[in-house]
Amino acid sequence: MPDTHGSTAMSAAGGTATTTRLLEVEGLTSTYGPVRALDGVSLSAEAGRITAVLGANGAGKTTLLRTISGLVRPVAGRVVLDGEDITKAPVESMVAKGMAHVPEGRGVISELTVDENLRVGALFRGKVDRSEFDRVYDLFPRIAERRNNAAHTLSGGERQMLVIGRALLAKPRVLLLDEPSLGLAPRIVAQIFGLLRQLVDSEGLSVLLVEQNARSALSVADVGVVLNLGRVVVTDSARTLMADEDLRHAYLGF
Amino acid sequence: MDYFVNVTLTGLTQGMIYAAFALALVLIWRSTRIVNFAQGSMAAATTFIALALIQAGASYWVALIVALASGFVLGAIVERVIIRPVEGGPELNAVIVTLGLFVAIQAGIAIIFGSSFQSFPTPFGVRGFEVGDTTIPLTPTSLYIIGSVLIVMALLVALFRFTRVGLAMRASAFSQEVARLLGVKVGGMLTLGWGLAAVVGSLSGLLIAGGTFVWPAYMDALIVFGFVAAIIGGLDSPVGAIVGGLILGLALSYVSGYAPRGSALVNISALVILIVVLLVRPGGLFSSTTARRA
Repeated sequence: MPDTHGSTAMSAAGGTATTTRLLEVEGLTSTYGPVRALDGVSLSAEAGRITAVLGANGAGKTTLLRTISGLVRPVAGRVVLDGEDITKAPVESMVAKGMAHVPEGRGVISELTVDENLRVGALFRGKVDRSEFDRVYDLFPRIAERRNNAAHTLSGGERQMLVIGRALLAKPRVLLLDEPSLGLAPRIVAQIFGLLRQLVDSEGLSVLLVEQNARSALSVADVGVVLNLGRVVVTDSARTLMADEDLRHAYLGF
Repeated sequence: MDYFVNVTLTGLTQGMIYAAFALALVLIWRSTRIVNFAQGSMAAATTFIALALIQAGASYWVALIVALASGFVLGAIVERVIIRPVEGGPELNAVIVTLGLFVAIQAGIAIIFGSSFQSFPTPFGVRGFEVGDTTIPLTPTSLYIIGSVLIVMALLVALFRFTRVGLAMRASAFSQEVARLLGVKVGGMLTLGWGLAAVVGSLSGLLIAGGTFVWPAYMDALIVFGFVAAIIGGLDSPVGAIVGGLILGLALSYVSGYAPRGSALVNISALVILIVVLLVRPGGLFSSTTARRA
């Protein structure tokens, strides 16, 4: 399997945290026909940390998340969630195992109301106390006002709040976020990332986020993974990546 | 005046049957984006099951329940075994599969139940109620038809609005991938949706058969009108299916009741109505397609 210098850099960034690696991806390879969208990607997401996967369009970021949650089946490699190999587990079982995936384009069910969207997110848990919904509405007062409106009437920022709130109702240990900043005003991005940071710090949530907007992502993340043409180029602490001007110019576009 | 009321009530009654058939098509289209051309012969199959029971001495009501239940099972099996492999593939594949199923089930009915005309009973009379000296043109049979379709529709609305399964079904219909990511067992919901649609389709088949003759292809006329009703309504909207069914039922009843040589014009009128509606609103009256694309 072709290796990159990513794995060596990872041990430097991960430090002592081997036991808290909630999600581990090893040598993941996914293809679309003859195209290798992922080519032996290895990375991990730790509890209480935000891991940002960065890279240009077509680097394989979305495919990475889709392969982790089972929407795309890999041709090689494995996905391990808290010690359990979930590479072949059905997509529908992922939330129950503690992994919530907020897909690209936000994934609101636009024909349902805001409240119904949240209820779908909690369906698999059976009866869920109303107070948990109130907590989501407390986190995002803007969607609370619109709880009985159809979700397609929401603005981009409100949709992002809705899908994050909906994912939280699944009580995940790992949250996968695909381009949460896409199409949002910088102020809204800062607000959503700030909230994410709070949740991670206060509840030990593990976030794996893929972003084209590297600057914003690195400002909130603990660890950064740079992906290029389906391979990991480097894995390091967000601060180190932020300081590496050559790397930023070459892969991150700022 | 009496004649007008009579024609209107006939139209409403027929319209309710078209509406039920159209609703069955819409339920399947919404959840799987497949037009189920086999809906008619599936309904005919369950009607023949009911007829066999009645001929064996069972009451109409027992036969009705068994037929609706077997409609559910048939719909679920069709989805799981025949439709599942072509779901999400090229649209033409699913069309060919449901057309093939339509022919195959119709042939199966002829083989099992014979292809002769057989009379199908109705549980109620077709004479109007009498108030004093006048007979109002409302028959127990038409009340039964309108009432049973309304009850089934109310049950469906309650299922979709107020139950967890209904919410999961709606989520699966609108966005399969998101629903799966949220832990909804989408496959099961689609099977359930096909089963329920087949129940509604079976009901329309049983109702149209009441008091007349059935043969393996007796649903063919209803298939055409049901499709027209569904498309008038927008194919995407349950409310549209019901409104489309009622509009079509009334319009056809007026044509056959008032136009010279009206009954000969019924079929062509259905097509004219379809063309006019599609010219004015290409997506149908209640289509949400434009909103969805925006």
